Amino acid sequence: MAWGSRRLGAVQPKNVQPEGQFTKCPGCAEMLFVKDLEKQLNVCRHCGHHLYMGAWKRIRAFLDEDGVEELFGELETCDPLEFRAARSYKERLEECQARTGMKEAAVIVRGRLKGIPLIVGVTDADFLMGSMGSVVGEKITRAFETAAGDKLPVVIFSGSGGGARMDEGILSLMQMAKTSAAVAHFGRTGLPYISYITNPTLGGVSASFAFLGDIIVAEPGALVGFTGPRVIKQTMRTELPKGFQTAEFMCEHGQIDMIVHRKDMRDTIARILSLLTGKEPVGAERATIA
Amino acid sequence: MSESNAFNSNMYLPFEKGLHELDVQIRRLEELSKRNNMDFGEEISNLARKREEMAKELFSRLTPWQKVLVARHPARPQTLDYVGAMCEEFIELRGDRCFADDRAVVTGLARIAGRRIMVVGQHKGRDVRERNACNSGCPHPEGYRKAILKMRLAEKFGLPIVSLIDTKGAFPGIGAEERGQSRAIAQNLQEMSVLRTPIVCVLIGEGGSGGALGIGVGDRLLMLEHAYYSVITPEGCAAILWKDHEKKEEAAAALKLTSADLKAFGVVDEIVPEPVGGAHRDPKQMAETLKAAIVRHLDELARIPMDQLVAARYERLRKTGVWRIAQAAGVEVQETARAK
Ligand SMILES: [Zn+2]
Repeated sequence: MAWGSRRLGAVQPKNVQPEGQFTKCPGCAEMLFVKDLEKQLNVCRHCGHHLYMGAWKRIRAFLDEDGVEELFGELETCDPLEFRAARSYKERLEECQARTGMKEAAVIVRGRLKGIPLIVGVTDADFLMGSMGSVVGEKITRAFETAAGDKLPVVIFSGSGGGARMDEGILSLMQMAKTSAAVAHFGRTGLPYISYITNPTLGGVSASFAFLGDIIVAEPGALVGFTGPRVIKQTMRTELPKGFQTAEFMCEHGQIDMIVHRKDMRDTIARILSLLTGKEPVGAERATIA
Repeated sequence: MSESNAFNSNMYLPFEKGLHELDVQIRRLEELSKRNNMDFGEEISNLARKREEMAKELFSRLTPWQKVLVARHPARPQTLDYVGAMCEEFIELRGDRCFADDRAVVTGLARIAGRRIMVVGQHKGRDVRERNACNSGCPHPEGYRKAILKMRLAEKFGLPIVSLIDTKGAFPGIGAEERGQSRAIAQNLQEMSVLRTPIVCVLIGEGGSGGALGIGVGDRLLMLEHAYYSVITPEGCAAILWKDHEKKEEAAAALKLTSADLKAFGVVDEIVPEPVGGAHRDPKQMAETLKAAIVRHLDELARIPMDQLVAARYERLRKTGVWRIAQAAGVEVQETARAK
């Protein structure tokens, strides 16, 4: 996990200047001490706002410390459309890679949660808006196929403001069908798939694997939906209801099973997996929040 | 006057100015000859030949944006037009059994060239009233749920499914979100990928992103010559990546959304040729051509054992996408993963 190792030390919450010691909470505008914020899993201690959490930081916070192994890290992005807008896809991609230290928006690992072996995927909303191109779709698909072969549960944390990635055109759109088909086939194994929705999850990611979990969990305040609120507001020329498309709103409308505070993600998912599969969580609990 | 010339001037697209002028000239001569009892037969047939050549030339090299305009033409045949023209029998089935009957999606039992099928299609509506009722072909979750409900019915009774795709996209509204637009589309993708009955999808007009794909997973994807299929509308792409709506022509080209592009990517199995000037200039011929193609694919699929069919459907999806494998030595091996 070469990329992962490099990434571990370099994780910064979004909106934090690397040199700055403080960052402003988007929820309550309090100034937060970055070191302290990291100890709190990037949750504001004043208002509970869940700030962005990068893929590797998420994996580290979610899984048992030992035995995390990255899968399919060798898959690399091409530019099949030779896509060029105001700037080229290649340029945007390379810049994003340099900035984040990641190769792509999706990271898949094999690891353990309280001793329960499983496959975990994360789409990082900070990498080209967490959009799904061929590599993201392929990694998610392989995650389900590998989990089916090894008889492991799957947990996918999705974060995607971008949905299907424009720069790969129709091939991105087809990843929605591909990943959904992978979930369909995985479903026949009787193994659990838990979809964990983080802020934001929209468009093609939302309308494929993210909404196909046996159980759908979301983080507090996460923006979740198909069409983004700005587009709806512009197209419909209407005011949006208060809290529209927040996880809480979607939960009230029956779209997701539950909202889980980040400090409880290990406990809650381990308990769900245990109740679904009868496997008892083992191993000592470790502090995930200071 | 031939049916293909029976166009009023607002039916012409901006790039069809030359055609329009010739049509006007032809019509004038026709009227003149009728009124004055004079014979302009030779002049008229010369002009008609010229017009035919011009149309052929023009439509053989449409830009991607021009194709988008043709695909959106208000007179372009829609799902119910095709059903009427292709099927001997059609019994519409309505409702999602949950919330509503979304008129943006039409479903029903049909018979095509003697074969029993289930039809699912997006319908935009023709006049203002119908368009309002249909939300111009932009489905709500109810539309996707209605579609999958009838597709399950098709599976139960061993009917192949013909899905006609024509939408700018899923409906962007508050109610649509509240009632689970994402889930509805996702569920269709999931279920269609394993339905135990043949599915032939046809892109007849606009293929607007997830809203189109929501009824578009199957064993075959046919695409009308001038239809388009895209991850985002050219306007949307222009607004996001150029920050300028006016760059829609550039965006349409960059997105590679034409039937030829999609065939090259292996996403589309067959391009169905349109009459010269587009499907709307000769809907009858279009329906005949499409019917023959659909029936041919239905018959092909009917011969494949069900387990093999469903496995092949997964393989078909499985191969979409392009990536490469990084190797330890830094040598990169291109892995093209295309359907064919
Ligand atoms: Zn706060």
